[in-house]
Amino acid sequence: MSALAYAVTDSATMFRRNLRRLRRYPSLTLMLAGMPIVFLLLFVYVFGGQLGKGLDASVTAGRSGRAGYLDYVTPGILLMTVAAAVQGTAIVVAMDMTGGIIDRFRTMAIARSAVLTGHVLAALVQALAGVCIVLGVALALGFRAEAGVLDWLAALGIIALFAFALIWLATALGLAAKSVETASNTPMFLTFLPFLGSGFVVVASMPAGLEQFARYQPFTPATETVRGLLNGAPVGGNAMATVAWSVGIAAGSYLWARRLYTRRRPA
Amino acid sequence: MSAVQEPAIAATGVRKSYGDAVVLDGVDLAVAGGTIFALLGPNGAGKTTIVRILSTLVPADAGVVRVAGHDVRDEPDAVRASIGVTGQFSAVDDLLTGAENLQLMADLNHLGRDRGRARVAELLDRFGLVEAARRPASTYSGGMRRRLDLAMTLVGSPRVIFLDEPTTGLDPASRRAMWDGIRTLAAAGVTILLTTQYLDEADELADRVAVLDRGRIVAEGTPEELKRRVPGGHVRLQFADRPALHAAASLLDGAAPDEERLVLRVPGRGDVASLRRLLAQLNDARIAVTELSIHSPDLDDVFFAVTGHPTVAEEAA
Repeated sequence: MSALAYAVTDSATMFRRNLRRLRRYPSLTLMLAGMPIVFLLLFVYVFGGQLGKGLDASVTAGRSGRAGYLDYVTPGILLMTVAAAVQGTAIVVAMDMTGGIIDRFRTMAIARSAVLTGHVLAALVQALAGVCIVLGVALALGFRAEAGVLDWLAALGIIALFAFALIWLATALGLAAKSVETASNTPMFLTFLPFLGSGFVVVASMPAGLEQFARYQPFTPATETVRGLLNGAPVGGNAMATVAWSVGIAAGSYLWARRLYTRRRPA
Repeated sequence: MSAVQEPAIAATGVRKSYGDAVVLDGVDLAVAGGTIFALLGPNGAGKTTIVRILSTLVPADAGVVRVAGHDVRDEPDAVRASIGVTGQFSAVDDLLTGAENLQLMADLNHLGRDRGRARVAELLDRFGLVEAARRPASTYSGGMRRRLDLAMTLVGSPRVIFLDEPTTGLDPASRRAMWDGIRTLAAAGVTILLTTQYLDEADELADRVAVLDRGRIVAEGTPEELKRRVPGGHVRLQFADRPALHAAASLLDGAAPDEERLVLRVPGRGDVASLRRLLAQLNDARIAVTELSIHSPDLDDVFFAVTGHPTVAEEAA
């Protein structure tokens, strides 16, 4: 077999290992999906009646009030789910790197990239499982999308791409962390970003400086793209911006993670 | 052993520092294929660092290291394909079962479906893990975990195996079982380098022993050669009064009397022939001994003999 074939086989082996680990440790996935569900309930039932009044019908697919706000906030909550899930990725990666088994992998003739690729692919499955759970809750609460099958697929594709980028970032953060505790804290800022963007309110309602930040940070185009696809609104340049952000974050994080993995602390 | 055959493990002038701390200060090693080599030393002597360098985990600052005919710096993957490592800290996946851990190793060694399954079944059986095969490794006892760890190392049939303190923390029965396992491997032609803090372990297993102290090899040889250099073995004689002690001290060459405790230390290995001779001498001189005990040399004695300072190891077996 060629080196590439080995890299694919070894990555698949590591992917299976990590999926199995996630299945043995379901409380982590449930806990990570629980946080966005709490925010969904909080924002729809506590703030939703009030916030829904201020929304323009063009961003809510026609419904108004609390129902309109549910339609508005669900895409933001879905991206928050991704941010929460990758926190788990950083924890899982750090747990693996501080355990003894990683040294075993390093003394075996396996493809260098396999360990990290296995983590990333399993984390992607975990994040998308979390997104499906949260989406299920939103649908149960009455979320209605004006989307055809292709729009749904495109929205899920955008979420997956964005998740892929954040997972590489979280993998690098997990590798950079000296302990599992640190790894559980460093990606936390990601879960705040949907608030400082268009996740919960329209950015135009923010004060000038914050609005600038909110308009250009990566969660905003991602949220707007998913929202546009699901609510039948035009997506505009947001899709391109999301793809560009995702590719940039994924590439930069991949290079950082690879360097951290290769040049490991001499413990 | 022959001059033409390259040693399975060959290291020359290996140095390693972490910051200002010199961990290895010019280590040379040569381990012939199919033999067991023990690296003996207290905590902090640099044993684990040597194992990490030999097994491609960390690069040496200086020196040349060849394992299984390949340079660890230039051809790490060729070295990795030939070695197996069982570290001091458990290298099993706690969330997977024993069988899944072994299957993971089979997959990573590209054994293929049928050969992999056969190898997993064989190793579960050989290491007494058949009943525990479907339980997560997190539920295993210390001894079972160590056995699983070693079994995982063996899945790929490595030609050279590194064992870093393989029996530290094990109960006596598990320790014996581990020793038997190591001997079986060596009998099959595998080269083994193990580190240990216990002289009896090195004595029991190794063809050759090197004593490591503060990053240097201070003595090397067969266990017999090493023990011959150790004066720590002695027969301890307890007397009822001072005159008896003095009479015995003047009778026996090289004996060190302890006036306070009325004890005489007679150097010697305590074998039957020399004991019989000693007792005959005391009997002929009509000297009464209240108590006799045999003290065999341990790591502390080896250390004192070859380095002139005691070990700093805090833990005992």
